[in-house]
Amino acid sequence: MTGTLRKIAVPALAMLIFLALWEALVWINGWPNYKMASPSDLWPAYVRYWELFLVMGWQTLWRTVLGLLLAIVVGVGIGMVMGFSRTMRDALYPLLVGFNAIPKATVVPIVALMFVGAHDFNTVLIAFMISFFPIAVSVSIGLSTLEPEYRDILRALGASQATIFWKIALPKTLPEFFGALKVAVTLAFIGTNLMEIVSPHGRGLGALFDSGKTNSDYPLMFAVLIALAALGILLYYIVVALERVFAGWAERQPG
Amino acid sequence: MTHLIDIKGVRHAYDTASGPLPVLDGLELSVDEGGFCAVVGPSGCGKSTLTRLVAGLMRPDHGEVWLHGQQVKSPRATVGMAFQNPVLLEWRTILKNVMLPLEIVPGGLRGKAAEERARYLLALVGLDGFEEKRPSELSGGMRQRASLCRALVHKPDVLILDEPFGALDAFTREDLWQTMHEVKAQEPFTAILITHDLREAIFLGDQVVVLSGRPARTQHVMTIARQTAPSLDDLYTPEAAERLNILRHEIEIAQGRAPQTAPEATA
Repeated sequence: MTGTLRKIAVPALAMLIFLALWEALVWINGWPNYKMASPSDLWPAYVRYWELFLVMGWQTLWRTVLGLLLAIVVGVGIGMVMGFSRTMRDALYPLLVGFNAIPKATVVPIVALMFVGAHDFNTVLIAFMISFFPIAVSVSIGLSTLEPEYRDILRALGASQATIFWKIALPKTLPEFFGALKVAVTLAFIGTNLMEIVSPHGRGLGALFDSGKTNSDYPLMFAVLIALAALGILLYYIVVALERVFAGWAERQPG
Repeated sequence: MTHLIDIKGVRHAYDTASGPLPVLDGLELSVDEGGFCAVVGPSGCGKSTLTRLVAGLMRPDHGEVWLHGQQVKSPRATVGMAFQNPVLLEWRTILKNVMLPLEIVPGGLRGKAAEERARYLLALVGLDGFEEKRPSELSGGMRQRASLCRALVHKPDVLILDEPFGALDAFTREDLWQTMHEVKAQEPFTAILITHDLREAIFLGDQVVVLSGRPARTQHVMTIARQTAPSLDDLYTPEAAERLNILRHEIEIAQGRAPQTAPEATA
């Protein structure tokens, strides 16, 4: 089997096996679809609501991506401040950890009240809030654990702090950054959906899920979950592709 | 007489939680142009501090460091450094790693000339054919060779070597000693070498400086007349054995394990 084929065939096969097991589980137990919908129930839901899935899916996707971009900008900013200054690291760490420890589900109603009606803004905000923490931490750790010799090699030549950052600190931190971004991608989806489900504006896959719940359309609810998973996988692999371009050097050849 | 490197009465202490920790106290060291000064001393005696002072990465509390008739107060582009850890950048090829200093120093070679210079040095240390490899694809000794090329690429006045061969196995280390002599013949430089290896010190240095235990002062200076073509066989002569004996004794004094008397003459 060639490399590329293998890379596609193996996960595809794993997914098929997963769907088959799921179908079997429901069938063997004789569960009705309000207890657990089976994969074969999902298809009619997609066929019936495909337009809604496209519109709502796009709503969810762009808000998640925007929140994620915001998380990258702010997370890298905070990470840089904490990575370069010990004082700032000592000062900000407890604050950040505390902020991250607050369940975002509890923040959703506060944000919804604070910016009433600004649904898009609120959703992006929650996606951002839930996903910037791993980015900030990884960048700060990447920068603060830079071996002094790396710095000295350039400093001894009279390089400025900015040069040291561009030539060494930034590229050296990229693998950690992408590692964190992979975590942040999935977190951002959680943030977006929290807001979409709780907030009553009826946009996004979260809202579609909610309408499935209200209308007792259980296959629709499961179909939304799978659609969310698909979007998550899509974004994740976009990050993986970016990582390969910008930090491909960190990947060791096997063997 | 002026020297290329002059360290005069340097004292330095680090601030630690339990008060100032003096590391250097009365350090004197002079290296002529083209000279190779090997510095040995007990562990933790402040040898690495010495390299940072010469590189201008820090300034001493007292005393002066002079390079080329100018007092060192800040980093200068005229030094090249190599450490025990070769610190090659994994996202660059070996060739690009060697070219790095040229991107930093003012007036450094650019473009094709920079690449030719790097290729020439890599060939000189026996790394031709490895220009496009990543650092992780090279062995420890090869990485250290590349690190040496990077230290030399911008034709520094002073090469500062902080135990560059310390982590290598004995055979690789001896290979690199030979390489150092070959490179020096083609690309003359003035060097300060920090080392724990007395054989390395007498094989490479034309001056071996023994530092005392912390706080370090210059305890002993041995001058070695350098022959034109050094060979590893030189390390197995009675002369070399006597030098090693003297240095070993000096180190024992520095460690506080021997009384401060001259070593007995060898029979």
